[in-house]
Amino acid sequence: MTTEVGPETEVKKESEQLGADAANEKHEEATESQENQKSEKTLSEEAQSSPSSPALATQSSPSSQKKEKDPSEGKGISRFIPPWLKKQKSYSLVEPKDEAKKKPVEERQAMEERESQLPEEVAEPKGNLEEATIESQQEAKADDKEEEKHSVSSADTQPAKEDSKEIGVEKVADEQEEKQKVEEKRETKEVQTAEIKMEKAPQKAPKKIKTVPCKVMLLDGTEYSCDLEKRAKGQVLFDKVCEQLNLLEKDYFGLLLRDNSDQKNWLDSSKEIKRQIRSLPWIFTFNVKFYPPDPSQLTEDITRYFLCLQLRQDIASGRLPCSFVTHALLGSYALQAELGDYDSEEHNNHYISEFQFAPNQTKEMEDKVVELHKTHRGLTPAQADSHFLENAKRLSMYGVDLHHAKDSEGVDIMLGVCANGLLIYKDRLRINRFAWPKILKISYKRSNFYIKVRPAELEQFESTIGFKLPNHRAAKRLWKVCVEHHTFYRLISPEQPPKAKFLTLGSKFRYSGRTQAQTRQASNLIDRPAPYFERTSSKRVSRSLDGAPVGITDQSLLRDFSAATVGPTGDMVFDDEAVGQTTLKNGEGRDEDGSPTKIQQLKLTQDEKPPVVKTEMVTISDATQRTEISTKEVPIVQTETKTITYESPQFDGSAGGDAGVLLSAQTITSESVSTTTTTHITKTVKGGVSETRIEKRIVITGDADIDHDQALAQAIKEAKEQHPDMSVTRVVVHKETELAEEGEE
Amino acid sequence: MAGLSSGGGSSLGRCSHAVVRALPESLREHALRIEKDKAVDFARAEREHQLYVAVLKSKLGLQVLELPADESLPDCVFVEDVAVVCEETALITRPGAPSRRKEVDAMKRALESLNLNIVEMTDETATLDGGDVLFTGREFFVGLSKRTNQRGAEILADTFKDYAVSTVPVYDSLHLKSFCSMAGPNLIAIGSTEAAQKALKTMQQMSDHRYDKLTVPDDAAANCIYLNIPGKGHVLLHRAPEEYPESAKVFEKLKDHMLIPIANTEMEKVDGLLTCCSVLINKTSEL
Repeated sequence: MTTEVGPETEVKKESEQLGADAANEKHEEATESQENQKSEKTLSEEAQSSPSSPALATQSSPSSQKKEKDPSEGKGISRFIPPWLKKQKSYSLVEPKDEAKKKPVEERQAMEERESQLPEEVAEPKGNLEEATIESQQEAKADDKEEEKHSVSSADTQPAKEDSKEIGVEKVADEQEEKQKVEEKRETKEVQTAEIKMEKAPQKAPKKIKTVPCKVMLLDGTEYSCDLEKRAKGQVLFDKVCEQLNLLEKDYFGLLLRDNSDQKNWLDSSKEIKRQIRSLPWIFTFNVKFYPPDPSQLTEDITRYFLCLQLRQDIASGRLPCSFVTHALLGSYALQAELGDYDSEEHNNHYISEFQFAPNQTKEMEDKVVELHKTHRGLTPAQADSHFLENAKRLSMYGVDLHHAKDSEGVDIMLGVCANGLLIYKDRLRINRFAWPKILKISYKRSNFYIKVRPAELEQFESTIGFKLPNHRAAKRLWKVCVEHHTFYRLISPEQPPKAKFLTLGSKFRYSGRTQAQTRQASNLIDRPAPYFERTSSKRVSRSLDGAPVGITDQSLLRDFSAATVGPTGDMVFDDEAVGQTTLKNGEGRDEDGSPTKIQQLKLTQDEKPPVVKTEMVTISDATQRTEISTKEVPIVQTETKTITYESPQFDGSAGGDAGVLLSAQTITSESVSTTTTTHITKTVKGGVSETRIEKRIVITGDADIDHDQALAQAIKEAKEQHPDMSVTRVVVHKETELAEEGEE
Repeated sequence: MAGLSSGGGSSLGRCSHAVVRALPESLREHALRIEKDKAVDFARAEREHQLYVAVLKSKLGLQVLELPADESLPDCVFVEDVAVVCEETALITRPGAPSRRKEVDAMKRALESLNLNIVEMTDETATLDGGDVLFTGREFFVGLSKRTNQRGAEILADTFKDYAVSTVPVYDSLHLKSFCSMAGPNLIAIGSTEAAQKALKTMQQMSDHRYDKLTVPDDAAANCIYLNIPGKGHVLLHRAPEEYPESAKVFEKLKDHMLIPIANTEMEKVDGLLTCCSVLINKTSEL
């Protein structure tokens, strides 16, 4: 079917993908799209993967989609493939673009990985280096495929979502949680009509290039506008912005979503913007994401300039606290960079007041700034920037990303993520610190964030420390920031997102950009004359005449209030479900993981990679347990059970009351964030006629007012689409409603 | 001027001025002490203190402000506890012992005369003794002890915003610096007792920076004064071999340091160590 629509490259790509482990992929997609129906998460992950029985996997993996037509196999598989999957080929229209863009990047990455054997000055203890060398040989090969798969799957989910919109289930996301079970029993004799769908698909998703106007607030206070394709990924926008800025060392930067929290929500460049942004306007802020610990190692002045602009904002807004003297000193370097040497004629007493150096700027401070400015005579703007950065980088909160939390005793603390690890603050005091090498694993569950720490000297067991975040989203955001910082600063190359495995849970989120080691490598290759750039006056981000702060301060205000809209939607769904875990691999090498990773460890060992796995997924048993726990914990307010029975045309006329012979029985459970689908298939032979019964139990976990009739209709419709030749004999709807969780936004 | 605010360790020990205070006779009877039964030889205490001041003034060439004793303040000689000075900023503390609160007045006047930015600890729930404050040149460690509480440490952190301020629980000793101090730009002198070693571990864990350590057998001897004096280089005032012979041997291994042994037998009976008796200030500008 691919051949019908896609260009040649597409075909190849798809078959590659399918060749590998098609079933897993498909199911992943399936669950992803189901998830999409429920809620659009800003920080959507390709999360919560998916399900498929091993039997299913092996059964289908050798088969390409074409083979599905083959009855003998199709019977088994295709029934479980929801309709949206079958439309894959139509998406291929979107993909070539992605791919074209992606490939060069991958090649570069692969190259860098090979190069990464060179000693890096990244704090990489031996173990890791060795590891990286081995990896580099392997990954260089593996990379392309991996990435492609990735891109395919995320592109594919797209139209599925569109579909669901048509049906109108999409608004489902909201504050309450609903569970809905749809049970279906069916009878059937024959197979699947994949063809029908194939024909439909191309018409259904014609390529419409819809563009969305998009704005990015730049560090100099100006605005960059462009139109983006509606389905563009974050990377597209980020690249555009960097191009506009003439910025090559761009891995230190990122785009922030503008939401109402005081926390930073980063746009994930590997995912579609639309899926992350929800109801927010397409307005972003260009910001430093990873503060280089030693800015003097940046290759280009222009990069340092943007870092300076960011730090000036950080300082003026109070996010980066510093003393009076430091405010004055940094302010004086900023002046020197922008205005050049102090000129007593030109720079009268008032020039200074137009700049903002500190949250609470006093006359005394301004005088001090002027005094210091006079001493910088002769410094070029680039030199002044360097001096600025040399001083700013020593500030204790430089590059520390703070998150509100409570400790196990409910005491308010702050968690600071930085290049070296995780810092714990109570008020302004540092009360603990966990360097990355000390942390074995980070995870989150509901609104809790956990770190598993290496045993201290003389201790035998590692300990797990839990923190309570304000809500689930905050926990997940912290977890992601940790994953990213750890990868960026500690690893030589990013890890691959975990593959979909049998019945796995948890976020697959991984940092997909370049690490600091890689970006430094790349920067070394920059070969262009230092680009000319205009240093925009910080007057633009300075105070207005009446002294009221505008500009920067304004922006942060905007950021604070602009999007009070975000609140309600959200990841409620996750509350009892989502689990994200990452096992940190650090140089010192030991990596103790529980059994869940064992399989993969073994597998990796065969691959001759070091038996260190950073990701951990929850196993089936865990999953079941978890479900039980969650239902126990959940205060059920009302429970309703509806039973609707459909009479089905029975085919058993000839068979009479014969009980039949059971040929096979199979139960497949698949789970995603918002839905759990249990499919039970029994094949029996009754009087020579084989009968297949499929019983599906779909648990929809939602957080909005679900339109039950619609959801039910939707479920039945889907079931019918999946098994057009079967009939629905029984539908049971079981609904449980619970109170909204405390503490959600 | 450049690098004024964040010397990053290299500026540690730079010093132009010192504030000291004479000891009152009331020290003999009324100064606070953990072990009550030790009799202070006041005359000897005075001699030792004069020698200490002479080293700072004559030998090292510092500008020394000598505050007069106040008989109503038996502990007033221990000026370190009432002020924390870092660069151009001085935090006037609120000492943990109520009997010592008035000691700050004279110190405040002295530091004002040096044109430092003065920050006062006005919060009545806060207590902080300078003896609990270890500044490494890169960051602060504040001992949470009987004399210093969380709030006091917070105010210190607010005062010196450029630096990380980490807290270290102190159980068995009077102060954090009862068993440690800086012996060089990147070198922490530390006592050998379990409590001292435990505190060091805490500090090492809290810091992004790796410090070298100099372990001495005696906790009290780990309290020394490191100075970096132009023309003299690394200078270390440490306890005399007659008092702590084993610890003195350890100091004597520091080849790059100009070593100045100082006896402090009498003051130690009232829990006073070397750092306790001076506030060191580096004036870089002529404000």
